[in-house]
Amino acid sequence: MSLLKLENLSVTFGQFRAVDQISYTVNEGEVLGIVGESGSGKSVSSLSLMGLIDYPGKVSADELSFMEQDLLSMPETQRRKITGSDIAMIFQDPMTSLNPCYTVGYQIIEALKTHQGGTKKELKTRAIELLNLVGIPAPESRLSAYPHQLSGGMSQRVMIAIAIGCNPKLLIADEPTTALDVTIQAQIIDLLIDLQKQKQMGLVLITHDLALVAEVAHRVIVMYAGQIVESGPASEVFSTPKHPYTQALLASLPESAAGKARLEALPGVVPGQYDRPKGCLLSPRCPYATDHCRNVVPDNQGPLERQVKCHTPLDTMGRPAA
Amino acid sequence: MLSFIGRRLLQAMFVLLIISFVSFMIQDKMGDPVRQMVGLSVTLEQREALQQELGLNDPMLIQYGRFLGRAIQGDLGTSYYYKEPTIDVIASRLPATLELSFAALVLVVLLAIPLGVFAAIHPKNILSRAVLLFSTLGLSVPIFIVAVFLMYFFAIEWGLLPSFGRGETTSVFGLWQSGLFNRDGLQHLLLPSLSLAFVLTPIFIRLIRAEMMDVLQSDYIRYAWAKGISAPRIYFIHALKNTMLPVITVGGIQLGTLVAYTILTESIFQWPGMGLLFMDAVTRVDVPLISTYLIFVGVIFVVTNTLVDVVYSLVNPRVRIPGYS
Repeated sequence: MSLLKLENLSVTFGQFRAVDQISYTVNEGEVLGIVGESGSGKSVSSLSLMGLIDYPGKVSADELSFMEQDLLSMPETQRRKITGSDIAMIFQDPMTSLNPCYTVGYQIIEALKTHQGGTKKELKTRAIELLNLVGIPAPESRLSAYPHQLSGGMSQRVMIAIAIGCNPKLLIADEPTTALDVTIQAQIIDLLIDLQKQKQMGLVLITHDLALVAEVAHRVIVMYAGQIVESGPASEVFSTPKHPYTQALLASLPESAAGKARLEALPGVVPGQYDRPKGCLLSPRCPYATDHCRNVVPDNQGPLERQVKCHTPLDTMGRPAA
Repeated sequence: MLSFIGRRLLQAMFVLLIISFVSFMIQDKMGDPVRQMVGLSVTLEQREALQQELGLNDPMLIQYGRFLGRAIQGDLGTSYYYKEPTIDVIASRLPATLELSFAALVLVVLLAIPLGVFAAIHPKNILSRAVLLFSTLGLSVPIFIVAVFLMYFFAIEWGLLPSFGRGETTSVFGLWQSGLFNRDGLQHLLLPSLSLAFVLTPIFIRLIRAEMMDVLQSDYIRYAWAKGISAPRIYFIHALKNTMLPVITVGGIQLGTLVAYTILTESIFQWPGMGLLFMDAVTRVDVPLISTYLIFVGVIFVVTNTLVDVVYSLVNPRVRIPGYS
């Protein structure tokens, strides 16, 4: 059974489509990686799942359901109950995501109290358990610490503790390691994957880190300018990319440029609000673009589990189809 | 905490020393004290003898030293007009001013926080726009206009409230004449405190609104929403506390404005407080009273700023008073 199902989800800010008709599903116990450069709509799409898009942003979808409940049509109070308990989210910058004015314990217990309730003592015991679970030493004394007294890695562990506190079925991690030290990054990812396996959560992992996705994700989605350009099993997408953008992303990794003086990079930038190309959004930057690409918007090609949005998908040798 | 208070006391001494020096220098520049004391018929020789006797011919610093010596013993001079120690005169007027300022402060807090928070949460709402319009108005209209208008409508046209004085007071432990405990005193308090609040509230509404809008955009508020916490909790527990940090700082500075505005308000409503006393002292060239008032205001500033620092450290865990944990 799919845990989360999106069908043609769009998020618009006025005329601008930050997320443009994306569809995907997340199954129980599955790790879905979402990659793409800054401004590709990764974060906005995940915020829309949490119901966190503020005015003037608008979310529309043919379907947006969680455990077969329609998230868009359900009453606000019911949705707020799911948010933070069944669907939890952790953010990119742990140092600024915890409220500086309240202790760690207060912020953990607050979330537990909102969704589960219990006596003061029970909540405290549970908070200590959670801190233990995410590998924070001396959890009893940490409860009374303020966020500014914690390191970035510690703060991220606290955020994870809060997120898993209500046993979510789906956890959305929006670049959970971007703001952290490289050595800490690995620890946090290990922790996340451990917890995901233990609790059989669905995990949506949004990141810039392709190597990480290749390692831990079951399936991967590549986003560009608010659209999903390619999706499929992680191993396949990375070994034989079908979209020129995915190919370019992989080529831009330092590992692929061994022995070369410069990293490979696509010329140009993601199209903004006013310079959207008529045809394929990548066409101005794509090395293989034809006139057809520049004038006609491509459809999704291929079966649902391995899709690519391109007129001339690449073959296994990395060359465009005729 | 103790070492903090100790250090604060030292700083306060230093500040008061400077204030006393300045207010002492003022005495010298406000005319010849001998002429204030004696009539025209006294001869020049007698005047000079009196000057010599009073030590007015000594160098300034020696005179100042003498003044300090007396001040330490609690003698800041005797009022020319009241013929009483200036400290006693001021102390008898202190309750009226403190009660007026306190009432105004309560009104400011009760008005500015809800209105500012509302305007921040619903920036497009028609009521928010009205609040902003009102605050612009309040910022630009001086207090004597506000006070006169309030007096005109509430006291003269509609006859609802008294227009001057403090009304009935009750004695608290024989130390404090309070107008807060009877109907008449409270009625008298309403118009002056309302005028004071009217000029101070707009600044705080704007400040709270701007800060709150900023805080609502922050990562930790977005995260609080993601935690599924209820909207009132997010606004009043998570956002308001962070909003109040700069408000407390500015509030501390605004206390100075409050003292200045009390002088005006007290003059308009004939409120028998320190401000009115000061105005009268200026017109009567009652120099010892003027300098004592200045020193008192200095003490009030030092005390309130210390309180503001303590409150700030209680609200903001990132700032801890050194030596206090």
